[in-house]
Amino acid sequence: MTTSQLVMKGMTMSVRRMAALCLIAITLSGCGSEPTAAVPAPASPAAVITPAPAPTLTIVDPWVKTTKEGMTAAFGTLVNDTDADVVVVSGASPLSPKIELHEVVDDDGKMIMRPKEGGFTIPARGSHQLQPGGDHIMLMGVTEEVKPGAQIEFTLTLKDGGTVTFTAVGKDFAGGKEDYQPGMDMGES
Amino acid sequence: MTPPLTRRGLLAGGAATMVGALAARPTGQAPPAPAAEPFDGVHQAGIATPPQAHAVFAGFDLRAGTGREAIGRLLRLLTDDARRLTAGRPALADTEPELATVPARLTVTFGFGPGLFAAADLESPVRPLPPFKTDHLRKQWSGADLLVHIGSDDTLTLAHALRMIVKDARAFARVRWTQRGFRRTASSGETQRNLMGQLDGTVNPTDLDRAVWISDGPQWLRGGTTLVLRRIRMKLEEWDATDRVGREFTIGRRLDNGAPLTGRYERDEPDFDQVTRVGFPVISEFAHIRRARVEDPGLRILRRPYNYDEGLSPDGRSDSGLLFASYQADIERQFIPIQRRLAEGDLLNEWVTTIGSAVFAIPPGCSPTGWIGERLLA
Repeated sequence: MTTSQLVMKGMTMSVRRMAALCLIAITLSGCGSEPTAAVPAPASPAAVITPAPAPTLTIVDPWVKTTKEGMTAAFGTLVNDTDADVVVVSGASPLSPKIELHEVVDDDGKMIMRPKEGGFTIPARGSHQLQPGGDHIMLMGVTEEVKPGAQIEFTLTLKDGGTVTFTAVGKDFAGGKEDYQPGMDMGES
Repeated sequence: MTPPLTRRGLLAGGAATMVGALAARPTGQAPPAPAAEPFDGVHQAGIATPPQAHAVFAGFDLRAGTGREAIGRLLRLLTDDARRLTAGRPALADTEPELATVPARLTVTFGFGPGLFAAADLESPVRPLPPFKTDHLRKQWSGADLLVHIGSDDTLTLAHALRMIVKDARAFARVRWTQRGFRRTASSGETQRNLMGQLDGTVNPTDLDRAVWISDGPQWLRGGTTLVLRRIRMKLEEWDATDRVGREFTIGRRLDNGAPLTGRYERDEPDFDQVTRVGFPVISEFAHIRRARVEDPGLRILRRPYNYDEGLSPDGRSDSGLLFASYQADIERQFIPIQRRLAEGDLLNEWVTTIGSAVFAIPPGCSPTGWIGERLLA
């Protein structure tokens, strides 16, 4: 479980605590008491797992922020149903020739977004949130408009060479603007 | 990992307290499961569902250039929002997920107006009502391409659901009107009362398969229904000047328990032939219940009205009335004949004016992986 800190408008909240907040709703609705038992809602595009070797990884509630052009980001909850950590090392989509796995960190009081070294690690029997203001899949150069309700294909490549494909739905979303501010330090790739 | 039990326990406890308070349960008992109405099914929820205390009807007009493909995307998004929120789960990309945890019997029901069919280049099964001489329709309350009707026993839940829906609809449609209403909860055990004090909805159909759900015609609409939504303004200040005898004579029912003037109890059949000692009908020729009467139960309309009360003028006059929601399998055969008789002569017309009118085809429900309207638009 990552413990990277997000500093948002003076409020500090760990990713783990944010994930816990989100999971409370699931618990209350009776979908299961364990994070990994959270079943993706039927309407959301289901993750499809290629018959890769061992690791099974699913993504719950994948969505991508709509955009006319340029950069945007995809989010969701990565769920690891295995007894070993799973590492996502890269992502791809027909929508953008260049995709990076990003994190948002506080660098001396300045929110910066940068490629996450080593990719996303999803702990054994655990989950990892991709969300605005946190880790996300960054589409660097969108080639066509992402419309609301659009179905966008993604492929994640795992450290062991396996892949996970999923379809994310386009959603209008006003937030997450820190990702797109010009002049932002994009870090080193 | 160590789960943050304290935080989770605190928050869950908070939610439970809210639910508990709503249900007026003593503390210490296990919290009841949040009341949730199923979203998926043969029919859309929010019609046969016992009416919730609060409702909003939101009418949208599609933006220019929003055609069949885009309408499909819109309805997939809105269906997904509705399915999650009615189950007490946050919508996808919900910025206020904590507001979604108490569904309070939330339902979200979708309807398609004539303009939606035109935009999708499809034939509309509904058309605007013919004019009635008692109508004073205002554009701001009439028509709409898409209806989203949301009901809940909790106003905060309702507001959150509406906001989520509007955020996802914004790219496709403009809001034409929002009409908010309220009524006693179904748990009151009483037939709905309107702001004139009358019971409203005593004679509703019991066999919804005959009277409400569509079983023939286009395949995509089977299991659906139609909605006529009328905004009926009440002249409450004039009603104030009417005494109780006059009020009961107008309707043909007693105000206290809703019994017909010829009976003792609400459910007694009215005797329209009974006359007074001097030979006049006990229930007037122009009494509301006589004019609205439909003998064939299969032709009755399902009334699911809400009151509205939009505030007061500086001199204290109210802007109040009824959001008259009528569901029926066939508007022409069921709704229009009744409305004609009322327009031709109903004593109640003295105090009520219809200022808004809209018609919608209400598609059937959908499977857990489907979306509302898929059989029409997919």
